[in-house]
Amino acid sequence: MTITETPPGTGPASPTEQTSKLGDRIFGGLSLGAGVLILITLAAVALFLITEAWPSFGAPASEFAGDKTFVQYVGPLLFGTIWAAFLALLIALPMAVAVALFISHYAPKRLAVTFGYFVDLLAAIPSVVFGIWGIAVLAPILSRSVYPWLEDNLGFLPFFAGPASTSGRTMMTAAVVLAVMILPIITAISREVFLQTPRLHEEASLALGATKWEMIRQSVVPYGRSGVISGAMLGLGRALGETMAVAIILSPADLYSFNIISNQNPNTIASNIALTFPESSGLAVNRLIATGLVLFAITFLVNAVARKVASAGFSGAAG
Amino acid sequence: MTITEQRSAPSEQQSSITAGRLGTPRHIAVIVGAVVLGVLTWLPTGSINWARWVIVTLVAYCLGIYVVSRIVESRRQALDRLMLAVVTSCFLIVTVPLVSLVWTVVERGTNRFDSTFFTETMRGVVGEGGGAYHAIIGTLIVTGLATLMSVPFGLFTAIYLAEYGHGTKLAKAIQSMVDVMTGIPSIVAGLFAYALFELFFGPGTRSGIAGAVALTVLMTPVVVRSAEEMLRLVPDELREASYALGVPKWKTIVKIVIPTAIAGIITGVVLAIARVIGETAPLLVTVGLAQGVNWNPFDGRMTTLPIFTYYQYVQPGLPPAAGQDRSWAAALTLVIIVMVLFSIARILSTALKPKGLK
Repeated sequence: MTITETPPGTGPASPTEQTSKLGDRIFGGLSLGAGVLILITLAAVALFLITEAWPSFGAPASEFAGDKTFVQYVGPLLFGTIWAAFLALLIALPMAVAVALFISHYAPKRLAVTFGYFVDLLAAIPSVVFGIWGIAVLAPILSRSVYPWLEDNLGFLPFFAGPASTSGRTMMTAAVVLAVMILPIITAISREVFLQTPRLHEEASLALGATKWEMIRQSVVPYGRSGVISGAMLGLGRALGETMAVAIILSPADLYSFNIISNQNPNTIASNIALTFPESSGLAVNRLIATGLVLFAITFLVNAVARKVASAGFSGAAG
Repeated sequence: MTITEQRSAPSEQQSSITAGRLGTPRHIAVIVGAVVLGVLTWLPTGSINWARWVIVTLVAYCLGIYVVSRIVESRRQALDRLMLAVVTSCFLIVTVPLVSLVWTVVERGTNRFDSTFFTETMRGVVGEGGGAYHAIIGTLIVTGLATLMSVPFGLFTAIYLAEYGHGTKLAKAIQSMVDVMTGIPSIVAGLFAYALFELFFGPGTRSGIAGAVALTVLMTPVVVRSAEEMLRLVPDELREASYALGVPKWKTIVKIVIPTAIAGIITGVVLAIARVIGETAPLLVTVGLAQGVNWNPFDGRMTTLPIFTYYQYVQPGLPPAAGQDRSWAAALTLVIIVMVLFSIARILSTALKPKGLK
């Protein structure tokens, strides 16, 4: 190493060295600029949304349709967004963990690779396709055979109070479609962490006479827990911001309701923007952008928690 | 197993090995019982309901195998068998909607998957006929522009993170902001692009470039993450060998590091394209809808395939079947595009790998 170092004072730099320095400066500057531009872009997203949303905060309620203040307007939407995403996660999470376990530990090796590829592919199917499938195929099935049954047998619960929708445009249909959409994401991340379980942990457990399930509980689940949680949070973030599937399926109304099988549903923020934005102008646009800002803040929080959980989990596993 | 059964040993000795094992006959009995129980649920209504049959059979199998195993084997074995049954059932249940989705798209999409669909627009079309030529052009233009913007942007950021700013505070800040960008809901990216262009061109503007900007916001973080990961995989020995020969850093990156990682980088870019090509919501608020071909992304509305799919379904016109058929055909086109992009990514990632790393 010391031999290759140029001895001091060998004379001025040669022309090729100067051009290489210039090249380095340009290339380094470009990459630094691109990195800084990421920060600027993100700041611009926040800044532009705030500037565009600002007029709607200051304007009196009487200037909007329905004479509503911003809180009155965004309240049901916020409720609907969180409610739909929560239901979707409730359905998708156990399923996704089971499927991830099946692919990582139960399925034959060769099949597992194919299934994994299949799951990745499904994560990339456009949401509008999920949406039209939900309204054309899933909604009629659910409204024909599931909703009447739920209303008759579980109608005493507020969730299934009815009247059962005959069109299938309900919160439950939307939640099932959302669940199908976020399932591949949670599955992909869970499978990844399950596969990273140290082989020695698994073999030690089996060597002590554990059954396969006991081995999974003792070594795979503790190791993969933080990964599953952060996967679930990412799925939740996706469900919160999902637009088209909900916009196509839900029949929106302006209310708070836990009833998931009726035609009267609170809308979600994203779906409300998609449905009303193309026909809006003036202050209504500003107000819609303000609701978008609220959505941005929520997903930001959820993602921050997900990252925190993931990093805490990994350092814990290493230590 | 077979050896102990063939041997005519005293019964206690045999039971010490095979007792407490759920044999194949009992297992088959449980399966048959579950299937039959599922079929029995058809009797009260008299109609065949496949969904109910599947659910009843799976639940009956899970319970049956647990109870039988609990009696014949031990509590631990029973739980093990129950979990195997539950996990496998979950997998089977999950495949149902996914297979149904693909099947529906193929079945209904092929109704209008003809040459007219790919050569005609919706200009002046009422009812049947018409096509998605304009939407395909729009998708290519908007996605192409987004790719042109986000690939250099993302690649240079990745180079900064992996090569120049490794370990610095700025790099850490950029990294966490890239994570934040990954989580931006697509509709919010659309609103951002709308707000940006409204500022310069007045309220209510719609253009292809605004949509491309929205997609760039969504696509760049994906490109950065995959490219950075790939650059980090390049062994340091290659860089050091290049420096030792007196090659400047930028040339080392261009000639050594990037060619080594090119397979992974291109795969990441293709997957990022696959992810944004189906985005509907951000284009709904930025690009709008047009009936004919618009080649100019800087002026006026355009149509893209996802938007076409959406509007043809929710506003099919009369007769509704014609519009919905167009919608399904567009959905099928989208799914095929995504699948082709995925296959390309897969082929490239193996074909372009440098020989030493294969």
